[in-house]
Amino acid sequence: MYQLLKQIIVTGIKTEVPPVADEALRVIAQRLEKAMLDTLGRALVIRQIDAGSCNGCELEIHALGNAYYNLEGLGIRFAASPRHADLLLVTGPVAKNMEVALKRAYDATPEPKLVVAVGECGCGGGIFGESYASCGRVANVIPVDVAVPGCPPTPLALMQGILTAIGGK
Amino acid sequence: MQILNHSLQFEALPGALAAYRATADEARLLSFASSVRQSGGRFVALWGSDERDRNAGFALHAAFGIAEGLALVTLPLPADNPEYPDLAEIFPAANRLQRATYDLLGIRSRGEDQRPWLRHANWPADYFPLRRDSDPAQQFETQNEEYAFVRVEGDGVHEIPVGPIHAGIIEPGHFRFSIVGEKVLRLEQRLGWTHKGIEKRFEQLPLSDGYKLAGRVSGDTTVAFSWAYCLAAETLTGCTPPPRALWLRALLLERERIANHLGDLGYLGNDAALSFGLAQFLRLKEDWQRLSDQLFGHRYLMDRIVPGGVACDLPPGGGALMLAQCESIEREVRILKDIYDEHAGLQDRFLTTGRLLPALAGELSISGLVGRASSQTWDLRGQNPIAPYDQLNVQVASHRNGDVAARVAVRFDEIFEALRATRQILVVLTDELCRDLIEPLPSARDGAFGVGWIEGWRGDVLVALEAGPDGSIRRCHCHDASSRIWPALEHAVMGNIVPDFPLINKSFNLSYSGQDV
Ligand code: SF4
Repeated sequence: MYQLLKQIIVTGIKTEVPPVADEALRVIAQRLEKAMLDTLGRALVIRQIDAGSCNGCELEIHALGNAYYNLEGLGIRFAASPRHADLLLVTGPVAKNMEVALKRAYDATPEPKLVVAVGECGCGGGIFGESYASCGRVANVIPVDVAVPGCPPTPLALMQGILTAIGGK
Repeated sequence: MQILNHSLQFEALPGALAAYRATADEARLLSFASSVRQSGGRFVALWGSDERDRNAGFALHAAFGIAEGLALVTLPLPADNPEYPDLAEIFPAANRLQRATYDLLGIRSRGEDQRPWLRHANWPADYFPLRRDSDPAQQFETQNEEYAFVRVEGDGVHEIPVGPIHAGIIEPGHFRFSIVGEKVLRLEQRLGWTHKGIEKRFEQLPLSDGYKLAGRVSGDTTVAFSWAYCLAAETLTGCTPPPRALWLRALLLERERIANHLGDLGYLGNDAALSFGLAQFLRLKEDWQRLSDQLFGHRYLMDRIVPGGVACDLPPGGGALMLAQCESIEREVRILKDIYDEHAGLQDRFLTTGRLLPALAGELSISGLVGRASSQTWDLRGQNPIAPYDQLNVQVASHRNGDVAARVAVRFDEIFEALRATRQILVVLTDELCRDLIEPLPSARDGAFGVGWIEGWRGDVLVALEAGPDGSIRRCHCHDASSRIWPALEHAVMGNIVPDFPLINKSFNLSYSGQDV
C-alpha cells in the first residue's frame, strides 16, 4: 500500500489543457439550441461504436481516458448502452456485417443523438472503400454531425471533434 | 528437399525467411499434416486461390510451423466441385479457417461443420468475393442471419447473448454464454463482424502500395503486418533492404510490443478492480507513444515500414532520448510490477483464472503470448530469427500455468526483454555508418510468390503474396495469430464465473479485425 500511495504522489497531476472546438470539422450545421448545449456540455455521455475499424481508432479513443487528456475531467464519459447516450462516436468503414447493428444502436439512442464519425475510414471509407463487405463512410448509413479525419485521429483531434459537436464548450 | 522425412519434395523459397514450399495431393497433404503434428509442429494458416484463369481449378494452401521454419503445402483442386479433406481432424485450429475460405472462395472442406464464418448472410451464398470473376463493387441487401449455435441443455441452464456491439470501447463480436448460476458451462463465439473485404481490396492496389492496407488489418499490430507484407514483397522481387533499415524495423516492432503490453497491463489491473494500474500504465503508454510520434512521426508507427526498407530514421539525438525513456519506463514498470505482485486482491483474481492447460494449447496450435503462458514456447524472434533478430538473441518468455496470472507475467517479462533488445539495437544504430534506408523494389514477375512471417506483440502474423502482371497484386492473404487463438478462449472460460470473463478476455486480448479479414 505504501508503494502504491507513493507512486500516486510521485506521479502528480498530468492533465493538460483541452483543445478548443473547430467548426471546420462540422458536416452539418449545429442542430441544438444553446440552452441544450450548455446542459450537455457539462455532462455528455458518449456511446462508442466500432462499426468495422481496424482498431487503430479505438486505441486513440482509449487514450482519451489517460491522465494527460482526462476526458472525464470535462464531464464527458462513455456509457455501455446507446440508450444512455447523447452522442455516438463511430469508427471504421461500416462493415456490411455491422450495418444492421449500427442502425439499431442509432435507433436506440434518444434524440437529439449527435453523431461523430471518426478517422479516415469513418469520414470517407478510408483505404477499405466501398465493396461487397463495406458500406464505406459512416454517413452512408446514419446521419453524421461532425467528422474527425486522421488515421487514426490523435486524442486531441478526437477531443476537438467531440467538443465541436457540443458547441465548443 | 525433404522435411520431417516425408516424401513431399519441398523447394526453399528465396529471401530472409526459412520457408519451404511443396505441391501435394490429398493423401500426402494429410500425411504431411500428421507428421507435423507428431513431430510437435503446429498449424499456422490456411487459405485458397482461384487458378481457373490459368487453365486449372482452385488451390488450397496450408502453412505449418516446424523447427526448420515455415512449410507451405499447396493442394490443387478441380474447378468443378472443389473439395478437400478436413484438416481440422488433425489440427482443430483449421476449422474456422476452412469455413472462412469457403465463404470467400467457394472451396469446401469435407468436414462436418459447414456453418458460415465470415459471411453473415449479407452477401448471397453463391457470391464468392475472392473468385477472380466476382465484382468487388457489387453490394447486396443485408439480411438477418440465423446462426446455428450449439445449445447446452439441462436443468437451470440458460443463455446470455452478448454483442456484436460490446459494452465498452472494444471491437465487435458476439459471445453466447451457456451458464448455470454464474458459472460458464460453455462459450461460443460468432465473429466476422468487421470483415471488410481486405483480401479482395488488395487485388485493386499496386504491389508497391499494399503495405498500407496490410498495416491496417489490425491497427495495434500495424508494424508487424507491414513488415510481414514487405518481407513477402521483398522475397518475391529478390530485394534485400539495407542493414540499417532492418535494425530500424526491429526497433519499431519492439516499440509496438512494449506499447501494447503497457496498455494491456493497465487494463488487466482495471478489470480486477485496481484502477490505479490503468491510470499508471496508460500514462506510461502515452509517454511511449509521444516519443514514437516525436522521433518517427506516428503514434502507432503506421506506414513507417515500406517495401525495400523504412520511411524513417532515428533523428539526431533520438537515440539518447530513447535510452533515457527506456530507463525511466523500466524503473516505473518494475515498481508497478512489485505493486501488482504484492496486491492480494489482484493476485486472487489473476491466479487460476481462465486456465488454458499446456496440452490443450498444443493441440490447438496456440502461439503468441497466450501460447507462451501455456508452455508453447513459439517465438519467431528466438526460433526462426530473421535479420537483425539473428543477432539479438531474444530470450523467449515462458510460463506453464496458463492462467491470467501467467499471461500477465509473460507481458512483464516481454517488456523487460524488449527494452533490453531496444538498447542493443540503439547501440548498432548509433554506431553504424551506412545511412541507407531503402533499396528500391525491383519490378515483380507475374506469378512470383513471397511470404512474410513476423512475431508481432500478440503472436505471429503471416502475409502470403502473389504478384500479378504489371506490378499488381494477384492474391494477398493476411493471417493474424488471433484466428487460431480465439477458440482457446472458449476453453479457457469454461467453469469460470461470468464476471471473470472480461478479465480473461482481456488477458488474451485477441484481434477481431485481424481475424475477420
Ligand atoms: S482511420 Fe485508420 S486507424 Fe482508424 S479504422 Fe481506419 S485504418 Fe484504422
